[in-house]
Amino acid sequence: MYVAVKGGERAIESAHAWLAEERRGDTSVAELSIAQIREQLSLAVNRVMAEGSLYDPDLAALAIKQARGDLIEAIFLIRAYRTTLPRFGASNPVDTGAMACDRRISATFKDLPGGQVLGPTFDYTHRLLDFTLAANGEVPEAPTRSAAPADVPHVTEFLNQEGLIEEAPLDDTTPPDLTREPLEMPAERALRLQALTRADEGFTLGMAYSTQRGYGRNHAFVGELRIGAVPVEMEIPELGFAVEIGEVTLTECETVNQFKGSKTEPPQFTRGYGLVFGQTERKAISMALVDRALRWEELGEDNEGAPAQDAEFVLYHADNIQATGFLEHIKLPHYVDFQSELELVRKLRREAGADQMQEAAE
Amino acid sequence: MTESAYNFAYLDEQTKRMIRRAILKGLAIPGYQVPFASREMPMPYGWGTGGVQVSAAVLTPEDRFKVIDQGADDTTNAVSIRTFFERTAQVATTTKTAQASVIQTRHRIPEEKLSEGQILVYQVPIPEPLRFLEPRESETRKMHALEEYGLMHVKLYEDISRHGHIATSYAYPVKVEGRYVMDPSPIPKFDNPKLGDMAAIQLFGAGREQRIYALPPYTDVVSLDFEDHPFEASKADHPCALCGAEHSYLDEVITDDAGGRMFVCSDTDFCEARQAAGHTGKDAA
Repeated sequence: MYVAVKGGERAIESAHAWLAEERRGDTSVAELSIAQIREQLSLAVNRVMAEGSLYDPDLAALAIKQARGDLIEAIFLIRAYRTTLPRFGASNPVDTGAMACDRRISATFKDLPGGQVLGPTFDYTHRLLDFTLAANGEVPEAPTRSAAPADVPHVTEFLNQEGLIEEAPLDDTTPPDLTREPLEMPAERALRLQALTRADEGFTLGMAYSTQRGYGRNHAFVGELRIGAVPVEMEIPELGFAVEIGEVTLTECETVNQFKGSKTEPPQFTRGYGLVFGQTERKAISMALVDRALRWEELGEDNEGAPAQDAEFVLYHADNIQATGFLEHIKLPHYVDFQSELELVRKLRREAGADQMQEAAE
Repeated sequence: MTESAYNFAYLDEQTKRMIRRAILKGLAIPGYQVPFASREMPMPYGWGTGGVQVSAAVLTPEDRFKVIDQGADDTTNAVSIRTFFERTAQVATTTKTAQASVIQTRHRIPEEKLSEGQILVYQVPIPEPLRFLEPRESETRKMHALEEYGLMHVKLYEDISRHGHIATSYAYPVKVEGRYVMDPSPIPKFDNPKLGDMAAIQLFGAGREQRIYALPPYTDVVSLDFEDHPFEASKADHPCALCGAEHSYLDEVITDDAGGRMFVCSDTDFCEARQAAGHTGKDAA
C-alpha cells in the first residue's frame, strides 16, 4: 500500500541537526575560533569579502566557519546578509595612489619611483610541503624596514606623460549599481567592472586565461600590481566635509596592452583594470585581462567571437551565487515535468513502433 | 535567525515598493517581462527566490498563505518556503486551496478553480520563452518588442514534422491577449488551459533572471498551436489510484522493483479533499 510521502518538515530539521554536527567534526579536536580563521586563513577571508561584496573580515570568517570551508557557500551567506543592510550613503572614491603598499610590482619597468616591493607573496616559494607546520606553526619574526613615507605613483602615469597610453578621462557621473538595478545590456564599463570585481574567481581566471591562449588575445603586461590599505572617506552632510571612516585593503592591477591602432586611434598602449577587496592577486589580474577583452567595441577592434569578448556571456555567467543556485536547483523535485516528458516519450515511441510494424507488414 | 531583526516578510519596505512597482507594470502589460532589481535572498537562486520576493511584496498580515511544489504542500522546498514566511511575516498558513489568499507554486496550478481575490505566485526559472531559440537577452527583448515570433512557430513546426507532435510537454509557450508570447513557468501543459480567463491574479517571479510578469484576472491566454495540430492538454491516461479522480494531473509512483506503479494526484490537497468526501480509487486504504 502506497502512502503519499510525508514528513518533509521533520526530515529538514533532522538534516540541519546532522549538518551542524558534521560542521563541528570530532569534538575531541579544539573548535576553530573566528579570530583563527580571520588571521590564519586570511586569503580565504579575502575571497569571501571580495565576491560577497562586503568588507568585514570577522563576518567573512564567521561565514567560512558556518559554511564548513565551502567558500561559495560562505560568499552566499555574506551576500544574503549584505542585502538586508541599510544604506547610509556612498564614500568618496578611494585614492589608490595614496595606498600604504604591502606589495607593489611592475612587470614593465625594472625599477621605478616607489620601487619594486615584493611583499608577502607565494611567488618565489618552492611548493614543497612544509612538514614543520604540521608540528608547530610558530615562525621567527620577519625582518622589518621603515616604509617609504611618500605616495607611490602609478606606473601608467609615466607612460601617459609620453602619450603612449590611452587617456583615462575623469568621469564624475555616479556609476550604476547592479545590486540595486537589474543588469541590462549593453553594460557600460563601470557596470562591467562592478560585475567582475564580485565575479567568481575561477570563472574570471578561466576567461582571462582564454584570452592569453588566443580567444580574444590582447597581450597584457602587468604594468602594475599593488596591494595595501587605503583610507575610506565619506562626506557627512551635517559636517560639510569628508572624514575618514576606516580603511580597506585592496588589490589593484593595471595592465598595459598592445594596440595597433584603429581608424580613429593612433597606435598606443591600452588599459585593462582590476580592483578587488583584500589581497586577491589572481582575481585582480584576471579581472584586468577580462576588462580589456570586453573593451573591443569602444577601441574599434574586431569581434573575434571569443567568449571573453562577449559581455552578455561573461556578465550573465560570472556570478557564482546565481550559477551555483541554478545549477544545484536541478536536484529539487521535478517529477511533474518529468511525468509529462514520460507521457510524451511513451506516446512518440508507441507511434514509432506502430509505424515500424506497419512497414514490416507491407 | 532572530525574527525581530528583519522587517515584515523579510524584505525592507523600499525593496517591496520597488517590487510592487514592477508587479503593477506587469499587470498593466500582461505577459511583458518587467526587469526588477532582484535581491539576494537567504535561499539559493533556483529555489524560488523570484516567487519568494513577489510573495513578500504582496503579503499582508491578514493573508493566509499556501505553498506547493509539484502540486504538494509537503515537498521539502514548499515546507521550507512556508516556514520562512511563518517566521518572517507570522502569516497564517494553510494547505487548503480555497482558504488561501496567496498561493506560491512551483510547477503546478491547483486543480481547484481559484476565485477572485486570490493571488497565485509562480516561481520561474527561465522567464524568456525564446531563450532556447536565441540565447541573447538583447536579441530576445528586440524580438518581443517587434512581435517577431516566427522563430517560435518554426520550432513548433519542426517538432511536428519530426515527431508528428509538438514535443513540448511542460513550460509550453502561450500568447497573452494576442500580443506577448509568455513562458508559463515549467507547469505541465495539462495546466495551460487554466491560465486563461482565471479569476485570480497570477504573478510570475524570476529572481536570478531579474524579471517579473503578470496576468490580471480574466486575461486571454492561448497556448500556441496550429489549426491542423491543435493544442492538447495531456496527462497520464489513468484515474487517481487514491481518490479516483479522472481529470486531475497524476504523478507516477514506482511501488516495487518489478515494474509495479501507480498513478496518484499531484495536487495533494485536491486528492485529500476528495478522499475525505468519500471518493476512492482502486488502491485506497
